[in-house]
Order: sequence, then structure tokens, then C-alpha cells
Amino acid sequence: MPQLIDHLGAARDIWTRLAEDAPLPGTGSAIVPLDRIEEASATGLELGVHLPNDVEPEAAAPWFERLSLISVDFPSFADGRGFSVGQRLRALGFEGRLRASGPVISDQFDYLLACGFDEVLLPDDVAERQPPEHWTAAPGRITLGYQRGRTGRGSILDARRMPHSG
Amino acid sequence: MYRYDEFDHRFVTERVAEFRDQVSRRLTGALNEAEFKPLRLMNGLYLQLHAYMLRVAIPYGSLDARQMRMLAHIAETWDKGYGHFTTRQNIQFNWPKLKDVPDILDALASVEMHAIQTSGNCIRNVTSDPYAGLAPEEIEDPRITAEILRQWSSLHPEFTFLGRKFKIAVTGSEHDRAAIKVHDIGLQIVKDDSGETGYRVLVGGGLGRTPMIGKVIRDFLPKADLLPYVEAVLRVYNLHGRRDNKYKARIKILVHETGIDEFRAQVEAEFTSMDRDSVAAPDDEMARIAAYFALPDLAEKPDAPVEVERMKKLDPDFAQWVTRNTYPHRVPGHVAATISLKPIGGAPGDATAEQMRAMADLAERFSADELRITHEQNVVLPHVAIGDLYKVYRGLAAIGLDAPNKGLVTDIIACPGLDYCALATARSIPVAQAVSKRFASNARQREIGPLSIKISGCINACGHHHIGHIGILGLDKAGVESYQITLGGESTEEAALGDRTGPGFGYDEVPDVVEKIVETYLAVRDGPRETFLQTYRRIGMEPFKEALYAPAH
Ligand code: SF4
Repeated sequence: MPQLIDHLGAARDIWTRLAEDAPLPGTGSAIVPLDRIEEASATGLELGVHLPNDVEPEAAAPWFERLSLISVDFPSFADGRGFSVGQRLRALGFEGRLRASGPVISDQFDYLLACGFDEVLLPDDVAERQPPEHWTAAPGRITLGYQRGRTGRGSILDARRMPHSG
Repeated sequence: MYRYDEFDHRFVTERVAEFRDQVSRRLTGALNEAEFKPLRLMNGLYLQLHAYMLRVAIPYGSLDARQMRMLAHIAETWDKGYGHFTTRQNIQFNWPKLKDVPDILDALASVEMHAIQTSGNCIRNVTSDPYAGLAPEEIEDPRITAEILRQWSSLHPEFTFLGRKFKIAVTGSEHDRAAIKVHDIGLQIVKDDSGETGYRVLVGGGLGRTPMIGKVIRDFLPKADLLPYVEAVLRVYNLHGRRDNKYKARIKILVHETGIDEFRAQVEAEFTSMDRDSVAAPDDEMARIAAYFALPDLAEKPDAPVEVERMKKLDPDFAQWVTRNTYPHRVPGHVAATISLKPIGGAPGDATAEQMRAMADLAERFSADELRITHEQNVVLPHVAIGDLYKVYRGLAAIGLDAPNKGLVTDIIACPGLDYCALATARSIPVAQAVSKRFASNARQREIGPLSIKISGCINACGHHHIGHIGILGLDKAGVESYQITLGGESTEEAALGDRTGPGFGYDEVPDVVEKIVETYLAVRDGPRETFLQTYRRIGMEPFKEALYAPAH
């Protein structure tokens, strides 16, 4: 079973990701492909969309109000396009839940959070090797970085401007 | 020189602890080899032909005596007693053991150094002009910009898993000694009509298997917009750069395939819509960093002290060293002195622990405690009083680093090649050594004048062969080393890519080939003042081709 992780560790996944042409369920929370948003948005479903990392993030913007979740595809941990996709989605004003889906590694968790992601959905083999405690340990490892990010911690540049930082 | 504050210290220390943890998670299997690889690369750790190699960052090539001594200590304690200075103003240690690496990183952190992002598909060590801060013609010290970029790019959450490596260089002078036209982003500090300082921004230059000269994306970028603009370029690249083929993944290919005008439009659109204030370095932060790079307090001194003039007459090699290896300084009576790491027959860029310590001592005594590493694999003492030059020269002679050959035919750049590198298709260091021996005579070198030879051991071009006046590229032709020659390359503001002469040559033939090229030049040049490059640009390839390929009569 894929494992959902957020900043507090293992989390329960209430979302169902729909295959390309599967029929829409009557109720619940469903993640649909981009080209089915229109159809799905007419239902009473709690709605999410799955974005490949090579489409313009702007494509989802008209639906932001209707979307509770956007899942960004990470085909491999080494393919870092998703970081910019997440960053762009936030910059465009998406305020719902942002999920990284794919074999990312715990060493990237802090970067994902900084780019605006809330959670990761890991395939089995990664989840087995990298238990939730690896993920909860990751964000504290570097107390402050040089970029402000979206975690609310601020940056070293901000800290230097605090009166007590000397 | 920049000094770490509490935040920089904590950042680097925590980064070492993180790497320790990554190594232990690799050992337990939590990370598999594919996952560990980019993490170790991002910390400068390569797997080479015979062993691991650790590449340590020397940001924009500046370091002090204490740091140079630590490099000597590392060479002695964890390596074979020497290090190799690279074309990216870094140093490589060729023989560390994996288990020692966290300790080496700790040792580096204790002197405000690290190996962060010296490799991997991320933003690499920012390079700059070795004469930064002292060159009389300079508009502003480019190291201020380089340090701002170093901090901004360190563990950047969004740009640490790029499609490919990303290199930025900065020059503060019109005369470009940082090769900005062959970088992913090149920044030239300029003034606009109103006298405001800003940047001319180039994008999409690079060497490797598809060499390209960078194109201007912005004629004038106000200083305050530096980080937002660079971030916009990186974002467009990260989103749109090719990921299907690692040889087409650099930004130069994206710029080439998109077209500079369309690429510029995309960057400007991103730049306009982004939250620039959250990215830009505030004025007081820029000022804080700038203050560290103030010129040291140097008293004005005489330009031609009697004692030094006398020694120049008595010792012609010293006279040549002063002519070749020094550069004018902003403060009268001073120069920047280049320590050539190209002794005749030596491995370009190599220095022993003993030599590093001696260079550190000289820097402390005679150069305001500063050293610079150049992308030509030499070391510079940036602030030497002319009256001290002979003492410096003798100090260098004592460690075998007094070659008066800066910019001459034996000042050869060479990548590690088949002696160390797992990607190499041919040797490069021994080729450099053989050519260097062929032109050992100082008098002959003087006669030939400025001539840069650059050698790469494979198509990846770490030896920058495309921009050597004479470029040498070692290939493998059916199991035999074959060396392709290019002529007319150049790395400065007049950057150009060299043209191929024709079919390659065997390993043993290279010194003869170089000699034929040089003899041809000497025979046809328009007087001793016309340099090799000028001659080549005037007469073109034909006479050289003729000399190299025409059947012997
Ligand atoms: S040019 Fe090739 S052989 Fe030389 S260091 Fe680079 S990858 Fe290795």
C-alpha cells in the first residue's frame, strides 16, 4: 500500500486516485486526471487533480476554487520539475492541499515543504526503506536555510535582520 | 574576505551532520545507491577510476592562509600529500576514503569551508575574477555578487534536483577573466547611462559536447533584482529544460531550441509575476556582505624600488617573472602576483601539502593574508608590494613554483583525464607534461608570447579545450588515444570556440603537432607583437592545416 506522509508522520489517505477512464464515484474524495476536471467538477465529489510535471501549472488555475487537492507527479526523485510546479501553484494562489506523488526521498522532504507541498504519497518500496521517523526528522536537520520558503521558518537573511541576532 | 556569522556556521555544521546521517542511512540500506549518489555528489564526493574524489569549494577562488593550511592538513592526513586545483577555482583530493569524508568535512567547516554543491545537478560553486577587488579597471568587486549568489543557491529547495549542473560566473571588469560567456549564466557588472550599477546578464553559454557562447538576455539588470531574476531563469529552466537526454539537459540547449527571444519573454513573464521581494537580498544584507570585501589597508609605495630594479637586471628569470606573472593593482606600488602551478613537466594545478603551506606563509607575510585560485589552475597573491617581489619570488623558487610562464605556452590547463577520471577517453596530464617539456626554454616561451593550451581527456571538456588558443581533446578511436586539435578559441570578452584542424593525432605526436603550429605562427606573424590569436584571426586555418597535414616533401 502506498504510504501517505505529512510533517507529523504517517497519515491516513482519504483520497482515491482515479485511473484515466474509470467511472466517477458517487461520493467521497477523488483525484482525477487534468482532462476530467470539468466533468468531475459538476459532481458533488470532494475534488483533487493529478498533474504531470510537464504541463503548465497554469492549466489548473481556473479550477483552484473547486479543488481541495492537487497531486503533482514525481516520476523519479531525481526529476526535480515538481519542485517548481509546486512553487508555481502556490504563487498562482492555490491554497488547498498540495501533494507530491512518487518515489521521492526523505532528504527532499524539507525542500518539498519549502516549495509549498503539504504531504507525500510514497510507493511501497520507498515507504518500506524510509519509515515515517526518517521523514519527521528531515525538516529540522538544517535549522535555517538561505531561502525564505513556505514553511514559515523564515530564512537566514530574515534572522540576520532580527535585532537580537547580533 | 567574507567571514561566516553564527548562521553560516550553523548551516555548514548542520550540513555535515546531515551528510553523516546520509552515509549511515546508505549503510543500513534506507537509501539505495541510486538515491545516495546525488546526495553524495551534492557534497562533492565522486566515485572515480581508482577511488573516491572529494571536491572542496573555494567560493570564487578566495581563501586565506588558515584555510590553505587546512587544505594542506587534509592532503597530508587523509590523502596522499597533495591536492589538485581545478578550472572551477576548487580543489580536488583524489584519494580520500568514504569513511573519512565526514571528518574531512568537519575539518573544513572549522575554517569556514565546505564541499556543498561542487558536483551534482545543482547550482555549482560561483566563479569569478582572480583579480577581483584589486584590478584598477574594475567597476565593483564581483565577489560581493558571487557571495550573495553562493548563499542564495546553497541547498536551494527548488533547484537542487535540476536536469543538469548549473554554473554561474561573475566579472566586475570589462576585461573578462571569469569566462562568463561560457557559463549557464554569466554576469558582468556594468553602469548604465545614469551611472547606476547593475548587471549585463548572459545565458546559455557552456562547453561540453555542444559548446555555445552565451547570449545576452538582459542588457541592464538593477542590482536589487539580481536574485529574483536569476531565480526566474532557473525556474523556467527547471520547468522546461529537457530531461530525456542528459547531453541535451543543460540550459544552453533549452535557450538554443527555444530561441533567445522567446526564452527571454518566458523569463521576463516569470520575473514580473513572482513575489520578488521575498527573494531579493535586502539592501542592508548587500551592504553587510560588501563590507567584508573592502580592500585591505595598503599604504601607497614606490612603483620601481631600486632594489627590485637591480635584481631584475641581475636575474633575468626574475625579470621575466615580474613581466609575466604580475598584474597592476589599484594601490600604487602593489601588484597581484601569480604563482604558476605549471612547473615544467609538472601536473597542471597540483600542489603538495608543503607547497600549500609555503604559499600560505607567503600570503600572510606579503599579501594581506589572501590567496586566490584561478580558473587557469594557478594561485594568485593579490596584494603584494612591488618592493617585496623578490622575496616572494625566492620563496616560490624554494618550493619549485617560480615558473615565469603565466599566459605562455607552458601555462597549460589540463583536466585529470585518464589518470583519475572514470569518464576519460584519453590521458591529458601526461600530454600537458610532454608539451611543457618540449617548450621548457624560457627564452623560447618569451619569443612565442601569449598562448594558451587547454587539454580535455574527453568530450565533457573540463579542460576547456574549446576556448584554448590551441585546444586538445583526447578521444578514443577503436581503443587508441586520438587527439583532436582546435585553433583560435578564446575565453575572454572576445570569447570564441576553436576550429578543428582536421583528423586527430596519436598520443606521441602531440608535442610535434603543437610545435608545428607554433613554428607556423612564428614564421607568418606580423612581427613579435602580433599574438598567436591575432595571427590566427588574420590568416585563418589554411597555413596551419598545410603545416600539419601536407605530405612531407
Ligand atoms: S573532460 Fe572528461 S576526462 Fe577530463 S575531467 Fe572532465 S570528464 Fe574527466
